[in-house]
Parts: sequence; structure tokens; C-alpha cells
Amino acid sequence: MQASHTKTLLIWIALGIAVLVPIVLSLNSPLLAWRDPVYIAAGLSGALALALLLFQPLLAIGALPRVGLLTGRRVHRWLGAGLTIFIVLHVAGLWVTSPPDVIDALLFRSPTSFSFWGVLAMWAVFGTALFASLRRILRIRPRIWVRVHSALALVIVGGTIAHALLIEGTMETISKVILCAYVGVTTLFALRKALRKPQKRQN
Amino acid sequence: MSLIHPNRRTLLTATGAALVTGVSGLRVPAQAKTIAPSKTMRGGANNYRAGAPVVDKIGGGGFWMSGTVRRAGDGAPLAGQRIQIWAHTTEGHERDQRSHGATLSDENGVFRLEMPQIVPAFGQAHGHLAYDSAEFKKVFLRPVMKRSSDTSLEAHFVLEPV
Repeated sequence: MQASHTKTLLIWIALGIAVLVPIVLSLNSPLLAWRDPVYIAAGLSGALALALLLFQPLLAIGALPRVGLLTGRRVHRWLGAGLTIFIVLHVAGLWVTSPPDVIDALLFRSPTSFSFWGVLAMWAVFGTALFASLRRILRIRPRIWVRVHSALALVIVGGTIAHALLIEGTMETISKVILCAYVGVTTLFALRKALRKPQKRQN
Repeated sequence: MSLIHPNRRTLLTATGAALVTGVSGLRVPAQAKTIAPSKTMRGGANNYRAGAPVVDKIGGGGFWMSGTVRRAGDGAPLAGQRIQIWAHTTEGHERDQRSHGATLSDENGVFRLEMPQIVPAFGQAHGHLAYDSAEFKKVFLRPVMKRSSDTSLEAHFVLEPV
């Protein structure tokens, strides 16, 4: 995908704004005054994980300007590892802040529905990480890989969006909704492209 | 003026109703209104600390937690019942000792305790209340604020004897 300099610049600026504005706003939330550093770090890890999800589908299909498909896939794997780490930090930070609430969430008995969606997305990320690391060893066929990864990606993105939208207090509402919309649209766009020609998706 | 004007319709309805309740055993004597006991809410006991002291106010105050304590069955108000309250507020996390306090219900079964402003934590602005004495079964409530800008929250207890 060859694009002009201006177009490349505009796309990167748009992506940067979509990600940086909600992160900066969440770091300026008045609620932070009443939260411990560990709790703040846990919330930030969650917001950063959401931000990574905007780049993952675009990298996977080589849709980012000036980033080739192969480089894109390599960065996609690194960001996938980063996503896993952010989730671990998110859950660990929340656990330190309030162990019983996190135990309830992990056991799917929390009173808040967003916990369900968050934990669902978490397991889908862990499953993807495991599946990706076993892919070579088990010699999983590319067709199967694309289908499984796409299904898991849908659960990750859908679960994360539901999780984020139902939460009050970590991110600023409007910038959060816009980021979630971007993530949802890019994911559907990438999945459509990935599943349309599965035989060409060998990497 | 008579309040009851029996005609064929009311007579038939009354006879029918009497038959239904009488035959099916729906007539339960001496339980005109039965009030079900409160159930512990999910997550209600999270960060509970047994034995929080009865206080005039938790921290600097500014926010009001209130409610009622009644007896299951007849719904009679229960006086002198100890209700423990805690939340994530502008002055501390739920788990912090200073965020916990207790109050007693008055002769009308009403309790009211001033505490610091509750702020959203773990995704929702919510409070925790516990009835944890021996006389009745323990109940843990977790009410959620409609808006996080609210400066009061209510929770109602219906207790059943142990």
C-alpha cells in the first residue's frame, strides 16, 4: 500500500490523536487525586491495552502506511506480547487495590457486568498468545490459524469495548467512546479482509 | 350511603374469588403483608472489616448514607440495630480502616450517617453496608449511585431472625 507523504502523515496524526487524547485525558482525571499509584497504574494499563487494539488489526493486514505486511506482522506480534503484559499489570494492580473485587471478577461472580466482559477478553488474549506461540510447533495450517485468531480477535475487541464503555471513572467518556468506535471499525474492516481470502494469508 | 352495592356481577366475582382462594388454599391466615428478607448482594461483603466502631461521622463528612432496618414478615421497624458502612471516598480506599464506620437505627428503624463523598471505584460509584450482629442473619448490601455527583445514597435492610 503506497501512499503519498501527506496522506501518510495525516493517517499517523489521526491515529496518534485517537490514542493520545483519551490517554492524556485519563491521566488528568480529577478522580486520580483519590487513587493510589498502583490503582492509577492499573487503570492506565487497561487504557493502554485498549489503545494497542487500534493498531493490531491495521498491522495484521498491512494497512498502515509505510509499514509493509511483513514488518506489520512482526510489530503485531510484539504489540500482542505487550497487550498480554498490560493485561497482567491491569489485573495485578486491581488485585493489590481490592483483592475481593478482582477474585469476584475472575470467578465471574462480580456484581458489575463489565467485569465479565473484561475477563472474557483477557482469556481470549491469553488464548491467542498461547495459540500463537504453539503455532509453529503444532504446525497449525494458516487457514485454521486465521479463523481461530479472527474469532479470538472478535472476542477480544468486543469484550474490551463492552468492558471499557460500561466502566465509570478511569477514562474520559467522549474520547473513550470515540476510541472504542475506531477500534471496533478497524477490527471489523481487518477481519473482513482477512477472512475473504484466507488462502493468501500465509505468513 | 352504602359503599357496597351488590349486583349480579360483584356477587359472581366475590363467589368466584372465594372459591379460588378457599379451594386452592391461597388463604394464608395472619399474614396480611409478608415482607421478604433482604438478600446479600454480590460483592456486598468486599473489603468488609468486622467490628467497625459506632461513630458520629466518618472522616470529614459531606455525603449522607441513610436507610431503614425492618423485620422480615411484618415489616416492623427495628430500633438500635448496628449498621456498618464503608466505601471508596475522597478520603480513602474501601480497605482503609478510616473509610469504615457504624451507626445505630433509631426508634423508627431509620439510620443516617455522614461520611466523605463517595467517588467511582472499580467502575462504579457505590457503597457497602453490613448488618453483622448476632440477633438476625447477616446481610451485606452494595447500593450503586445513580450519578456519581449524588451526595447521598440509600440502602434498606429487612432482617430475619437467626
